[in-house]
Amino acid sequence: MINPFIGAILFVILAPLLGGLVAGIDRKVTAHMQGRVGPPVLQPFYDILKLFEKESVVVRPEINFYIFCYLVFLVITGAIFYAGEDILLVIFALTLAHVFLVIAAFASSSPYAHVGAERELLMMMAVEPMLILAAAGMYMTTGSFFVSDIIDHQSMGGGLLVLSIPLLFIGIVYILTIKLRKSPFDISTSHHAHQELVKGLTTEFAGPTLGMYEIAHLYETVFLLGFVWLFFAGAPLLGIVVVAVVYFLEILIDNTNTRAKWQFALRSAWLVALVTGIINLGALVVL
Amino acid sequence: MANITKSPWIIHYDGSSCNGCDIEVLACLTPLYDIERFGIINTGNPKHADIFLITGGINYQNVDIVKNTYEQMVDPKVVVAVGICATSGGVFRECYNIMGGVNEVIPVDVYVPGCAVRPEAIIDGVVQALGILEEKRAQLEKEQGGAKK
Amino acid sequence: MELLLFLILFPALMGFVFLVFPNNKARDVMVALAALVIIAATVIFFLQNYGAGTVIYEIEPGAVSTAMMAIEVVLALGVLYLAAKYRQWIVGALVVVGTGVALYAETLFTGPEHLNNLFVDEFTLIMAMIIGVIGSLICIFATGYMRDYHGHHKEIADKRKGFFFLLFVFLSAMFGVVFSNNMFWLFFFWEITTLCSFLLIGYAWDEEAQKNAFWALLLNLLGGLGFGATFLYLAFIDPSGDLVMLDSLIAAGPAIAMIPAALIGFAGLAKAAQMPFSSWLLGAMIAPTPVSALLHSSTMVKAGVYVIVRFAPIYDASFVGFLIALVGGFTFLLASGIAISQSNAKRVLAWSTIANLGLIVTCAGIGNAAAVWAAILLIVFHAIAKSLLFLCTGTVEHRIGSRDIEDMGGLISILPKVTIMMIIGIAGMFLAPFGMLISKWAALRAFLDTPYGIVAVILIAFGSAVTLFFWTKWMGKLLQVAWKPEPKREGEVSAAELYSLTTLSAGVIAICLGFPLLSSIVVEPFLEGIYGIGASLGDQNIAIMLMMMVVVFILPLSLIFFRRNPKMIPHYVGGRTETGDMHFAGSMGMQRKVLLSNYYFEGIFGEAKLGKAGNILCTLFIVAIGIVLATGVIA
Ligand code: SF4
Repeated sequence: MINPFIGAILFVILAPLLGGLVAGIDRKVTAHMQGRVGPPVLQPFYDILKLFEKESVVVRPEINFYIFCYLVFLVITGAIFYAGEDILLVIFALTLAHVFLVIAAFASSSPYAHVGAERELLMMMAVEPMLILAAAGMYMTTGSFFVSDIIDHQSMGGGLLVLSIPLLFIGIVYILTIKLRKSPFDISTSHHAHQELVKGLTTEFAGPTLGMYEIAHLYETVFLLGFVWLFFAGAPLLGIVVVAVVYFLEILIDNTNTRAKWQFALRSAWLVALVTGIINLGALVVL
Repeated sequence: MANITKSPWIIHYDGSSCNGCDIEVLACLTPLYDIERFGIINTGNPKHADIFLITGGINYQNVDIVKNTYEQMVDPKVVVAVGICATSGGVFRECYNIMGGVNEVIPVDVYVPGCAVRPEAIIDGVVQALGILEEKRAQLEKEQGGAKK
Repeated sequence: MELLLFLILFPALMGFVFLVFPNNKARDVMVALAALVIIAATVIFFLQNYGAGTVIYEIEPGAVSTAMMAIEVVLALGVLYLAAKYRQWIVGALVVVGTGVALYAETLFTGPEHLNNLFVDEFTLIMAMIIGVIGSLICIFATGYMRDYHGHHKEIADKRKGFFFLLFVFLSAMFGVVFSNNMFWLFFFWEITTLCSFLLIGYAWDEEAQKNAFWALLLNLLGGLGFGATFLYLAFIDPSGDLVMLDSLIAAGPAIAMIPAALIGFAGLAKAAQMPFSSWLLGAMIAPTPVSALLHSSTMVKAGVYVIVRFAPIYDASFVGFLIALVGGFTFLLASGIAISQSNAKRVLAWSTIANLGLIVTCAGIGNAAAVWAAILLIVFHAIAKSLLFLCTGTVEHRIGSRDIEDMGGLISILPKVTIMMIIGIAGMFLAPFGMLISKWAALRAFLDTPYGIVAVILIAFGSAVTLFFWTKWMGKLLQVAWKPEPKREGEVSAAELYSLTTLSAGVIAICLGFPLLSSIVVEPFLEGIYGIGASLGDQNIAIMLMMMVVVFILPLSLIFFRRNPKMIPHYVGGRTETGDMHFAGSMGMQRKVLLSNYYFEGIFGEAKLGKAGNILCTLFIVAIGIVLATGVIA
């Protein structure tokens, strides 16, 4: 296992680059699915750099602070994850980061951002059980919550994690759509040229503030993909292929679905978590 | 550092138009013209936008909204008046409720004539606006640099 | 020994002083002084005893027991009188049965008198700290608050003498509960807390207050029957009276102690307001806020979980324990859900208290070392953060004239200090790296190591997601500042209130930073004493946690940078011009106010719906416990 600090530092440095590339490819693939040429692959970088060229304008100065905290804690989330630490801690840090995001939106006190904030909270509520149950499944299979142990367990002949918790993997893929803000669950804010409630919770973030938000999203994407990879950590290359396939699937879903209501998003995410959780964890106990 | 020209985000506002030009603006988004090739995104949110695309003239109902939307945009920003209505009021010019073109209320940087405008013309207008956008950015940078010193 | 007796007797003594002392500034100062004395005594007591393990104090029971019996009879008669006057026949019957059974049971024990009536161990010490320090701070807060209270509520008779009497007697009783080894004594103090609670809920003594007070009394007396039944059972299996002592009963192991543990667990569930008993705690919210803070969040309800956690080693890996854990788990999930649908801040706090007590009960029901570690830390974190929140809500209510969360929009600009403290309290309730979350985390790990644990894990996974929702939306509301904020009104908060709030906030932060210390010097030795193994989170995790804490405290510095000449424009209202103080130009030239309000999901998380489901489910679990025990299938 590589030194935990190296993992964390590599994440901090490389994640925005990797995340930007993924986002760029995402836009390219999306465009091709729609019969368009699409923007250059490096477009996400141009966008973010542009945002920092804009003037800094805020509704309240505190919003910059909240968004900065969001960014910092997302970086910490990913860093803890790639350092191979406790996965529950990772999930909690992720929650903390998103709480800051939601508060930033609340603090904008604009009608659009407000509704966006409420919906983002709803989506957090929808996602959290699945994440915790997945972590529980990992613990029950490998006997440890530590990401490094979970990887070691698989590479030392413990078999791929996905083989013992396949349903939880499906559940994670399901909520990934919410986390990546893809249709049909892009209801708190939206990507690319989609619009919902103007721009949902990001409505009042302008210029550099939005830039910080976008960077945070890149970090989050890379963290989430790492989470998916963890299910196949025993076969790293296969894992990467699976991650690519899963991401492609997300793009496909994004392009073939219309936006759902929040009721459906919440209910379905909880139902998925409940069903996959009970069946898969139950099976682990019984077997 | 001229990323702003590679990533111009647009907000489109429909003033007192006949909807002809609006359709053409939307046509730009279709696969045929695909303005996202240039990194252009229709944001629908003034706080995120760099280019204010207005179709149709200004009347007494929408004048405040045009002004407000313009004020909500973050510098550097440019205004593109699309269609002859937006540039001067066009066929509606003599109507009792029309104040005239967009330049009656906010400074316009690029005028794109046509009734209705062709998508190629719109794209051309936007591309011209990019040059002005870049100038404004350089100006802003100079000002802010000056303010810091 | 002297200090221990001092802690039990001194508050009651001061209570009697306040009963006759006139309502004036001097009394308020006296209250503050007495509270400070109690704090000092508790801290000294803690420092003297923390390394000592379990210490039994021998007390000649004769005269004391007789006195207790006498007081019990007098109090019972008093309640009986009230019950008759207000035609609360069930309450009357419960008093007669409860007291009668206890008195009768006492005559059944024929063995020699036992001397080991009082004791102290690490868990007791923690409880004592909570009662002594937090309780006293709430008393100080109450001096300022009650002055305001009567200023705002002219129609309510000023019974502050009795109020402070009850508060201090209550503190005595709580000390009694946690120090008693003799369960008859424990029961005596237990019933006194019930009575204090009854009288304090009924403080305003209007129709609603009476109704709620009697309802609380009824459910708590019902729970108290668990003790009576325990006494009868113990007298039946061992008349020598050995097992009436808490330590020997727990040492006797599940084979003997399972039935008493379940019966006392029943009493604990009622006191801790678990479903189906939760309604009394909601009703109790009409009491003045310090009462809610003291009795209904930080101490009295903790007596309920205290006895349950005491019996955790008995529940460990048993089916009865699992059923108790289910009661707690479902209460946690459903009460958290109901909290979403509430906009009254005190009701949100009440439901979240019930939920957190549920979590503690779940841990105790699971009952292994790691779960008990989580339970004890939960008790600590919850006591301090929740009392802070109650007190903040009380202060805010007197300033803005509402306890509705919807009216607290932008509070940060009106009452910045109080709001920041409120946010500290809220963060302490659910956010990493603060308090409660640490315990939730530990609880998750503990549950996974037990056979049926995944049920509890699933309940917690959903429950904590729900918790996240209602706390964050509250926090967001507080921070929702209009473009042009309203002016500050902080100066109106009384010194006593600010003092208590600041100390409690400092306490929340201190306990979040210092919990590893607390864990290593008190909690782990306690667990080692019982289970032979300690429990903790692992040093690495604690290190990361503390690092995150540090980041949280450093980050606000960035505000200095962000606040430096920012360019501000008003928010976007679809292009309409707006004024910055939340008004925009509507149609027909009208100025309209932007009204932002939170989601409540009455349809999904409504109180009636979830409450009913919870009551039915939890009643079933409790009945199941009875059936399991009755058929003798003690797993
Ligand atoms: S320019 Fe012509 S097509 Fe465009 S809005 Fe005006 S009238 Fe319609």
